[in-house]
Amino acid sequence: MEKFISLKAIAAPLLRVNIDTDVIIPSREMKGVSKTGLSVGMFANWRYTDVPARISNSDFVLNTLPYTKAHILLAGDNFGCGSSREHAVWAMKEWGFRAVIAPSFGAIYYGNCVRNGVLPVVLPQAAVHAISAWVEHAPAQNLVEIDLPTQKVHAAGNAYSFSIGESDKDMLLEGLDPIGVTLKKDAAIQAFEAKDRTARPWVYINGPA
Amino acid sequence: MGRTLIDKLWDSHVVTDLGDGAALLYIDRIFLHERTGSVSLQELKAAGRPVRHKEHVFVTMDHIVDTFPGRGDKTLMPSGTEFITSTRAAATEAGLNLFDVTDARQGIVHVVSAEQGITLPGFTQVCPDSHTCTLGALGALAWGIGSSEGEHALATKTLAVTKPKSLRVTFNGQLGYGVTSKDMILHLIGKYGAAGGSGYAITFTGPAITTLPQENRFTICNMAVEFGAFAGVIPPDETTFEYVKGRPYAPKGAAFDTAVASWRTLKDDADASYDREIVIDCADIVPTVTWGSSPGHAVRIDGVVPDPAVVTDANVRAAMEKALEYMDVKPGQKVEGLPIDAVFIGSCTNSRLSDLRAAAAIVKGRKISAALKKAVIVPGSTQVKRAAEREGLHDIFTAAGFEWRESGCSMCFNAGGESMGEKWRVVSSTNRNFENRQGPKTRTHLASPTTVAASALMGAIADVRKLG
Ligand code: SF4
Repeated sequence: MEKFISLKAIAAPLLRVNIDTDVIIPSREMKGVSKTGLSVGMFANWRYTDVPARISNSDFVLNTLPYTKAHILLAGDNFGCGSSREHAVWAMKEWGFRAVIAPSFGAIYYGNCVRNGVLPVVLPQAAVHAISAWVEHAPAQNLVEIDLPTQKVHAAGNAYSFSIGESDKDMLLEGLDPIGVTLKKDAAIQAFEAKDRTARPWVYINGPA
Repeated sequence: MGRTLIDKLWDSHVVTDLGDGAALLYIDRIFLHERTGSVSLQELKAAGRPVRHKEHVFVTMDHIVDTFPGRGDKTLMPSGTEFITSTRAAATEAGLNLFDVTDARQGIVHVVSAEQGITLPGFTQVCPDSHTCTLGALGALAWGIGSSEGEHALATKTLAVTKPKSLRVTFNGQLGYGVTSKDMILHLIGKYGAAGGSGYAITFTGPAITTLPQENRFTICNMAVEFGAFAGVIPPDETTFEYVKGRPYAPKGAAFDTAVASWRTLKDDADASYDREIVIDCADIVPTVTWGSSPGHAVRIDGVVPDPAVVTDANVRAAMEKALEYMDVKPGQKVEGLPIDAVFIGSCTNSRLSDLRAAAAIVKGRKISAALKKAVIVPGSTQVKRAAEREGLHDIFTAAGFEWRESGCSMCFNAGGESMGEKWRVVSSTNRNFENRQGPKTRTHLASPTTVAASALMGAIADVRKLG
């Protein structure tokens, strides 16, 4: 997995609340059994005025300069709610996003970000608004800086602290392979199963009883 | 201090503590479907990692598979067949339990998992699908994950999870005439917003929950994710045990009795406390429908579309304004009587036998409005379909003018390639009214199956209580 340590980049504000994963990547844009080739479908229904013909919607923030080069998304409450599709993160990462800052996230989307080296940053709504206003003032100059080791966002003349779970932080900083990490704990998993087999034998039945 | 049901479910699955409120949790059952299943399985195979306990992994075909009578692997979606065949191949090769397109056990993942007795009280279960929380209605901790976490669960039988905060939602009183469990959950989300449960695992309890039949309980937990919650559970009781008893994968005989004795402890201790409490009086709940493009945009059937002008938060207001435009409704407009183009009864929210019976009771001997361009009923599983046919429900529906389909997700979202028409207004028994979900610019109004049935007869959003 790709590491995330720190990033200083253009941030694009898209503050509407409850942006769901169907919006981030419509199901029609998930045409194949693959993790790649998804970025053209990202926000398709908002990004294009004619989706099949791919006619660009010049009003949409990610189609306007300099936001076309953004690596950070500033989002509203409950960003990434809805469907569990990891394609939402795959599409955003392929497009260029490495971090999303929002007051809250859909829980599954949050986990999917971490698993793909994209940093989800939870900041209070007032902070997200203040950063957005500052960015919009001069988007190409007012770059947002995120530093994961110190858990700080530097923007609008402030240093905003954010919290993140220990294991998620390690995963991102080290670019660890989570499955590999867990497989090292195989003895603990086996010990759990041995004990659980007596406590809950019905868990371990194989096939219709 | 006493423990909550959620604490008990959590504690009994901790393999190791990961610190900072996180733990490596043991996962009892994993379900996959053809939309995301093959990606996980192919990645695992490429990494040379076997599936641990393949006998505890189940795969069904529901999302993309066609629901037209006589269906096979072909779908309206040009590349849909590839999803089906690649999932079949990967599942077969890995030796997983596969409920294939023509299998009698096939159906929507969260419907068949309960129906087959695969999910049991006290279990942990995951699936790369956000509505996995449906199964919390059996007293299981069940939640949706992404594909990478799916791979992790398949390879290790565990997941690293940060423990959510706990929220208890108590439904007091009794449901009034024409009010269903769908209205209960829509009422809750309408009142507290689509992010109202964000960061929480929810226990649904109270007299109006304990008196609900098991099938109707699934509807409540199904929409926990639409409330932003990690999961939603209902303490298992005699209704649950009776439901589970005799199901194919459930323990039998003495083993069942031992299990039930253990399941009886799956409840809050008397002195357990929650991080947050919500109490709802069911006397306040009437049939409820959504007016906008978020499940939180819910309103009483006798109510009006709200006015964003009264909302202080600018972004909430902006989302409401966008929803008004998308849905082509105006503030102050009555929702009852809005003319509709189509109806849909199905999905993991409301497609079980009791849902179909309730809808059939409304339309029996009547005809749907001639104004409808489409009226579709999709049973939640092949088993539900056959049971409904044994009772003659399909005849009632087809005589009224509905299409009667094979089981699957169908137009709950347009993944299989079939969709509602552009800008159609649809009343739907599903769980998401997001933009474009049921078709291009389709305007979805969520409602109970009985409200959908009543609306089908009227050709407009209808109050089921007014139907004699
Ligand atoms: S019925 Fe709809 S919500 Fe349920 S699993 Fe299928 S697509 Fe998802």
